[in-house]
Amino acid sequence: MKSYITRRLLQLIPVLLGMSIVVFAIIHAIPGDPATVILGDQATPEAVAELKAEMGLDKPITTQYATYVKDIVTGDLGTSLKTKKPISEEITPYLMATVELMIISMVIAIIVGVNAGILAAWRRASWFDYSAMLIALIGVSMPVFWLGLMEQWIFAEKLGWLPSTGRINAREPVEVITGILLLDTTIRGNWPGFVDAFKHLLLPGIALGTIPMAIIARITRSSMLEVLNADYVRTARAKGLSELKILYKHALKNAFAPVLTIIGMLVGLLLGGAVLTETIFGWPGIGRYIYDAIGSRDYPVIQSGILIVSTIFVFVNLFVDLLYAQLDPRIKYR
Amino acid sequence: METSTKEIQPFVIKSSKKPLWLKGWNRIKRQRAAMFGLAIVLFFIMVGILAPLITSYPFDGFYPERTLVPPSAEHWFGTDDQGRDIFSRIVYGARISLWIGFFSVIGSIIVGCLLGLIAGFYGKWADSVISRFFDIMLAFPSILLAIAIVAILGPSLFNALIAIAIINIPTYGRLIRSRVLSVKEEEYIMSARSTGMSDIRILFQHILPNSITPIIVQGTLGIATAILEAAALGFLGLGAQPGEPEWGKMLADSRQFLTVAPWTLLFPGFAIMLTVVGFNMFGDGLRDALDPKMK
Repeated sequence: MKSYITRRLLQLIPVLLGMSIVVFAIIHAIPGDPATVILGDQATPEAVAELKAEMGLDKPITTQYATYVKDIVTGDLGTSLKTKKPISEEITPYLMATVELMIISMVIAIIVGVNAGILAAWRRASWFDYSAMLIALIGVSMPVFWLGLMEQWIFAEKLGWLPSTGRINAREPVEVITGILLLDTTIRGNWPGFVDAFKHLLLPGIALGTIPMAIIARITRSSMLEVLNADYVRTARAKGLSELKILYKHALKNAFAPVLTIIGMLVGLLLGGAVLTETIFGWPGIGRYIYDAIGSRDYPVIQSGILIVSTIFVFVNLFVDLLYAQLDPRIKYR
Repeated sequence: METSTKEIQPFVIKSSKKPLWLKGWNRIKRQRAAMFGLAIVLFFIMVGILAPLITSYPFDGFYPERTLVPPSAEHWFGTDDQGRDIFSRIVYGARISLWIGFFSVIGSIIVGCLLGLIAGFYGKWADSVISRFFDIMLAFPSILLAIAIVAILGPSLFNALIAIAIINIPTYGRLIRSRVLSVKEEEYIMSARSTGMSDIRILFQHILPNSITPIIVQGTLGIATAILEAAALGFLGLGAQPGEPEWGKMLADSRQFLTVAPWTLLFPGFAIMLTVVGFNMFGDGLRDALDPKMK
């Protein structure tokens, strides 16, 4: 296992390097240059040239790339052109906001999706199966941003049950420790703050979680259908185990591997969907941060933001792969 | 001793007269969900083609005398803040969504197939380079990559199409590559090679036609994804430009009227969803009918 982890980590190096090249290439391909962005259109060519030299932009492209990689490895993500703050500091609160939103979406998606999938497989061809799969079909076909807008219209505007934007009631700010507000309010025992943060999370969480939920439900159903006819399930039935135990303990354990793979892959979908969800719900997350940076041509932020998000995605997938061995002893690593 | 005089019948594979595509079609016809999906798709195609005939208002312009009119007999889906008839805009929008969905998938398939064929057929370093390239592409959340590509090319409908085509290349590339790997060991490929057939002819006359089914299935489902991605880019202001009746863009433009005129948001979103449901249902049915191994 240890050697497998080491090998997988080593295999990541070319992928991470390739990603850094792609991101670097994207930044250099975007029209316009950082020096002009900083100084504005009115700047003299001399001033632009001077700033370019200062930023190292006059050096050959390979040198620039080498410097860029060296900076990343040493943890220097650059400085935002807009706020003039180091990105490694600035990015954390945004990242944490997205992490919190993603965790809630994933929890909603897994709880509802897995259970709906199990029930649908168990009562195959029943009205529950048909309606669950119809809802799942609509779920995967739903534009996230439209779902978000409709949620705001119904639950925030019409019914007034939940807040439509932001992370917390602006009049009652909470003390930020980790950046994950549910955790922060728990640490401080601030229960009204916890409830408030939770209410703010619900609508964006459901919007972002709907597509993963639908996909998980479909995969769980088909994976469960395969194992429910297996001999050991019949044996378990024969020895008089309760259906609940058979479904959740015996069948699900064997049906979970494909579900887990999908969950790993869905993290990428969530990171992408976060851009849209965060736009709708005024959520100060990483997707919004990168999107705004593209709008204002804040090159270092675009560069580091995309790289960080993608690196997280790559590592989550690795983690999911490694988790298999823990859940399914039949999988052997070579 | 008498031996059995029973004549041994030569084993003949009965070949049916029906062409392959007809057999496929007969199998699809039995999938009720697939036919329903196909009906939705055809409906939107017809709507797109007949747009000038079924609308009685122009989709662009500014009509201050009838802004934000609720749905009525004159304006079935109401009007937006510019006074434009939402029904007309949705009808014309069908053209845009189908166009982007279809052509971006064609683009991804062409490039993906070429790369996948090369990687699978030649193996070795060509395979390593191309496969790593796919890995790297897939390491980026796709919509983020699309946003970055549009940032380079500049926001427009056509550039959104290009971006969507690029981000989906690895999906088809990987699919074709794995098909090639299994097909190229077949005996008919070996016999083709022994007759001195060139690589190019083997690739395009034997291997590609034998890998086409999963591509068609994946492509149909891919149109659904592409339409969603195009709407997302339009919504973020990176696809359709002001005036163009693209569904995602319509949602973005009417966002601020959520409370006063919810119909401006209800119908465009519903149109996106219905089209995507259609392609997804048809694609799922195609998969069940043509390629039962694929899940």
